[in-house]
Amino acid sequence: MPEAAGREEADARRARPLWSGNVAFGLVTLPVELFPANRTARVSLRMVDEAGAPLSRRYFDADGKALEDDDIVRGFALADGEGFVLVEDEELEALAPERSREIDLSRFVDLDEIDPAYFDRGYFLAPDRGALKAYRLLARTMEETGRAGIATFVMRDKEYLVAIIADDGILRAQTLRFHDELRTPDDVGLPDLETLDAGDEEVAAIERAIVAAAAEELDESLLRDRASARLLALVQEKLGARDDVVKLSPEAAEAPGAAAEVDLMQVLKERLARDDEATGPSDASAPGTDRHDLQVMTKAALYRRAQELEVPGRSSMTKEELVAALERTSEGG
Amino acid sequence: MAARAMWKGIVTFGDVRVPVKLYAAIEDRTLRFRLLDRATKTPVVQSLVQSDTDSVVPYEATRRGFVTDEQEVVVLDPDELASLEPDGSRTIEVVRFVPPEAIDHRLYDRPYYLGPDGGAGPYAALARALARSEREGVARWAMRKKEYVGALRLHRGYPMLVTLRHAEEVVSLERVERPKGKPLDDAQLAMARQLVGMLEAPFEPTSYRDEYRGRVAELIEAKVRGQTPTAPKPRPRPKARDLDGALRASLRSAGDHRA
Repeated sequence: MPEAAGREEADARRARPLWSGNVAFGLVTLPVELFPANRTARVSLRMVDEAGAPLSRRYFDADGKALEDDDIVRGFALADGEGFVLVEDEELEALAPERSREIDLSRFVDLDEIDPAYFDRGYFLAPDRGALKAYRLLARTMEETGRAGIATFVMRDKEYLVAIIADDGILRAQTLRFHDELRTPDDVGLPDLETLDAGDEEVAAIERAIVAAAAEELDESLLRDRASARLLALVQEKLGARDDVVKLSPEAAEAPGAAAEVDLMQVLKERLARDDEATGPSDASAPGTDRHDLQVMTKAALYRRAQELEVPGRSSMTKEELVAALERTSEGG
Repeated sequence: MAARAMWKGIVTFGDVRVPVKLYAAIEDRTLRFRLLDRATKTPVVQSLVQSDTDSVVPYEATRRGFVTDEQEVVVLDPDELASLEPDGSRTIEVVRFVPPEAIDHRLYDRPYYLGPDGGAGPYAALARALARSEREGVARWAMRKKEYVGALRLHRGYPMLVTLRHAEEVVSLERVERPKGKPLDDAQLAMARQLVGMLEAPFEPTSYRDEYRGRVAELIEAKVRGQTPTAPKPRPRPKARDLDGALRASLRSAGDHRA
């Protein structure tokens, strides 16, 4: 028993890539796995009933009958209440061909040229088996030339524009917004700046105020999450007073969320330390998830993964259902 | 077609007061699907239920709970949560002005345009002064019951607030050792540098389109017309070879494209 529990825990702590595929640099193909570099810092709260029992989300039909996964289909609403066009998950998956599951670095740009308004989310790239040498070569080259590679790729039913950035030997990915996702001042209806009068004295006064408040560094303390700190203080106070504190039922229990991160560091350490230069770059193998791995994960670990992948209906799924849903999701790459 | 302002505030630092309106700068173009009951093709109803009995709990009877590492739930009342919300201040307080490179690009989150609120004079003066200073403001404000820290900067000449992530939201790599191995081959490094040089170009955001979104839209249109859409065919990738050969072949092929 203790042995089985130990193994389960180890599996729960293994980080899962959000995507696996190839980075193509010319004809050099580099298999990689993508891990998130952003996390939600805000303390997350669960929906519970008045007695503190965690609630699940469930789907019902118009008559109040509970629906299972297979009873539910995606529909795109037509204009003017003309009903819906039904779209199956398999049809959407078929729209992302193999080629778009590759990060093809066909252009290298100066990172400083990219307007910050384009930056979206951050990720890390870890080299897959046999790819460390090509990974190091690409990272070193991009660092020396001060360039970032630009590409598009498809991950989980969405196409992303991405900048691949070398950062002290490690490759990072930063997704960028597509041009048409960013409104222009004209779209918003802002007045033409040329036509606006700004008094010289007023401009000079603002410039002086800017100089008066100038600093060379960003004060890190400004980036502290004060809202979460206040929430935690309230929680501590209630815990101390044993006020509205109830024991979580064993079925609803989840492992602490920090585990996934400990192990992202572990994955990166392992991958970056592996001396596998003899094998050279591997071929362009199809990306995928180790399906059998899912079977040995704890329910809590499966649920966290389902959260990451935004699997619909996850909160009401059994362990078996979670495995099945995750297999379906990872099929898309 | 002007967008509606989502919030109004006053940019404040020193003696400067500039009333502004905030506009979302991001337009979500994701094609959204509804979840439907397959049998009736009508939208499903989502409810919160008791985990063991599946009985529906009305929203008024729900609470938020904090789950501790000891697997205890601390139930928080709506009043208690409301008491934690920031005051409804209109002040966008610019604390400091820093050089743009002082803000790591990983911190940038969501951009909002600023437009004039009332007379455009102070607004135009702020835009001009920001352009001359070549600095970004670091601002704090509370909007819709949430606190934000953001960078006050120009985008296409217009003042913009880009919200910044909290420090804890960016995973640091400080504890990861740098990749090690045998020294890289000089000839390979030279070829790789040459290849990057050949593929170097300015960043042109307009040259990228979300093709997948386009294909989803086509699929929907084809279905509306009653057609069976055809899936795109994958383009084969050249067979992999050793690093040296791949680099050489890449340089040849990149050269051909340029000629």
